[in-house]
Amino acid sequence: MTYPEELRYTKEHEWVLAEGDVGTVGITWHAQKELGDIVYVDLPKPGTRVEQGKSLGSVESVKAVSDIYSPVSGEVIETNETLSQSPEKLNEDPHGAAWLVKIRMSAPDEMKGLLAAAAYQTYVGAET
Amino acid sequence: MIKKVRSHITQNESLLFEKSSPGKTGYQLPALDVPAVDSQAALGAHNVRNEIEHFPEVSEVEVIRHFTRLSTWNYAIDLGLYPLGSCTMKYNPRVNELVARLEGLAWAHPYQPESLSQGSMEIMARLESALLEITGMDAITLQPAAGAHGELTGILLVRALLEKRGNPRKKILIPDSAHGTNPATAAIAGYAVENLRSNARGTVDLAELERMVDKDVAALMVTNPNTIGVFEEKITRAAEILHKKGALLYMDGANMNALVGVARPGDFGVDVMHLNLHKTFSTPHGGGGPGGGPVAVKKILEPFLPVPRLKRTRNKWTFDYKRPRSIGRVRAFYGNFGVIVRALAYILAHGGDGLRNATVDAVMNANYLRKKLEPYYDLPYTAPNMHEVVFSDDRQAKLGVRTGDIAKRLIDYGFHPYTVSFPLIVHGALMIEPTETESKDELDLFADAMISIAQEVETDPEMVRKAPHNTRTSRVDEVTAARRPVLRWTPEQPRTKTAD
Repeated sequence: MTYPEELRYTKEHEWVLAEGDVGTVGITWHAQKELGDIVYVDLPKPGTRVEQGKSLGSVESVKAVSDIYSPVSGEVIETNETLSQSPEKLNEDPHGAAWLVKIRMSAPDEMKGLLAAAAYQTYVGAET
Repeated sequence: MIKKVRSHITQNESLLFEKSSPGKTGYQLPALDVPAVDSQAALGAHNVRNEIEHFPEVSEVEVIRHFTRLSTWNYAIDLGLYPLGSCTMKYNPRVNELVARLEGLAWAHPYQPESLSQGSMEIMARLESALLEITGMDAITLQPAAGAHGELTGILLVRALLEKRGNPRKKILIPDSAHGTNPATAAIAGYAVENLRSNARGTVDLAELERMVDKDVAALMVTNPNTIGVFEEKITRAAEILHKKGALLYMDGANMNALVGVARPGDFGVDVMHLNLHKTFSTPHGGGGPGGGPVAVKKILEPFLPVPRLKRTRNKWTFDYKRPRSIGRVRAFYGNFGVIVRALAYILAHGGDGLRNATVDAVMNANYLRKKLEPYYDLPYTAPNMHEVVFSDDRQAKLGVRTGDIAKRLIDYGFHPYTVSFPLIVHGALMIEPTETESKDELDLFADAMISIAQEVETDPEMVRKAPHNTRTSRVDEVTAARRPVLRWTPEQPRTKTAD
């Protein structure tokens, strides 16, 4: 798996794409692979304030329920509605169509502390 | 030659709703000998419930056969070994049932006055003192309805004590091998959860614990033996580290089956713990049957225990509600009384020596299976194990067969699966707990089945991946069932393959 260069990553396996002060957040290919078939996604309502490193919601697979930790702080302005009907999209396209939420970032500097694609790739190790 | 225990014989049966024919009843009433009354006119239309649409109309024998046939779809401890790790699926001795069915106990009502409940109260008091002797603790409540409820009660007691001391604190430490209910309990009790990494042995890392315990830590929740079946041998030292910083030690007693009659949590520094009567003390469980989760505490926590408390005054048992520092009730009445009766029957039928023997046999059975299966399955943690043993599917995964597939194949051999994919610190876990119930013959049958499956994985992995093959329903599509659950039956929508 090649991790997209334009994204920044956390060690908890989330990614964020910054465009201006809006960050689009998702989980990584590695995360979905470890979770297995994802059956349910629980996301916060728009307007919810989130903090970096704190729980943003959860994803449920056949195996387990896992917290999603917000990679940045700010306010949720949009959630990906298609995931409630089609959670399997998270297994198919976690870095693209299956983004989770868009956050208006209150501290864009937090991005600097996140991992670049190469560093994340090294962190999760070689995988297919 | 592998002996299969049985091919599971099950009866075909449709939904009760599909058996319904309009107007059929299971009773007959005599002719009305008073004038008929229009219920809507007499009571007001809004007080009269409409007929429930499509409510099944069937005869008595159809109902009996329906549920009896469905019961043949089950697996039960009365059919054979039930190696579900962490659940302690032991045999439920019939003497428990005999005692629980005694008329005066079976028909006792919680609203009976205390003067007519002295026998029931005596049973509760005797169970309390037996459990205190077994755990080495100072006081106990029988109220909580099961393990997770006991955990919540226990952590609320911790919070109450710390509040009384001036600061409830913020965090609960939980090892990464813990039952999932532990972090859930801490969160519901208003605490943040911090994960404590296990060391290479699979036990609590004391250096890490020392580093993490600060004045914000309310307690450590630890299961002992832990979920890989290893005794936390440094538990006394862990208790000291916590106590020095004013924090408490909570023990999840789910695995007490490995300790009863041999070691007492009260002696190794535990401040508060729960027991699972439906595991260790042989009351029936599985299928959501009632449980019992008594919480035992040291003296410092006693004032906070739930009301009412059993109290002996003037040669009579009474319920004491005047407990100003109590956290209040945690359950209606006094706990699951029927479970309390069975647990006491079990304890008294065994006596001290018998209980100790049960513990020793439980540990021996798990170690026997470990020795037999070690050549065929990887054992990631090799510390001496107690009442259960956890293998990993590493070797089989290389051939594309995972722990879940092996478990499904086990059904074809006539056994209930072991616990799959838990604890989380073992990748692809096979968690096996035979309990003391099993004879060497039954353990050998099980071991032969597991060994045979390990060989099948080598020769025909695809067949194992598609198991089970001998059951009424083949491999269920768990993913579609979770993503697109069909939860309602309607007459217009005949059952489809997906709905099955």
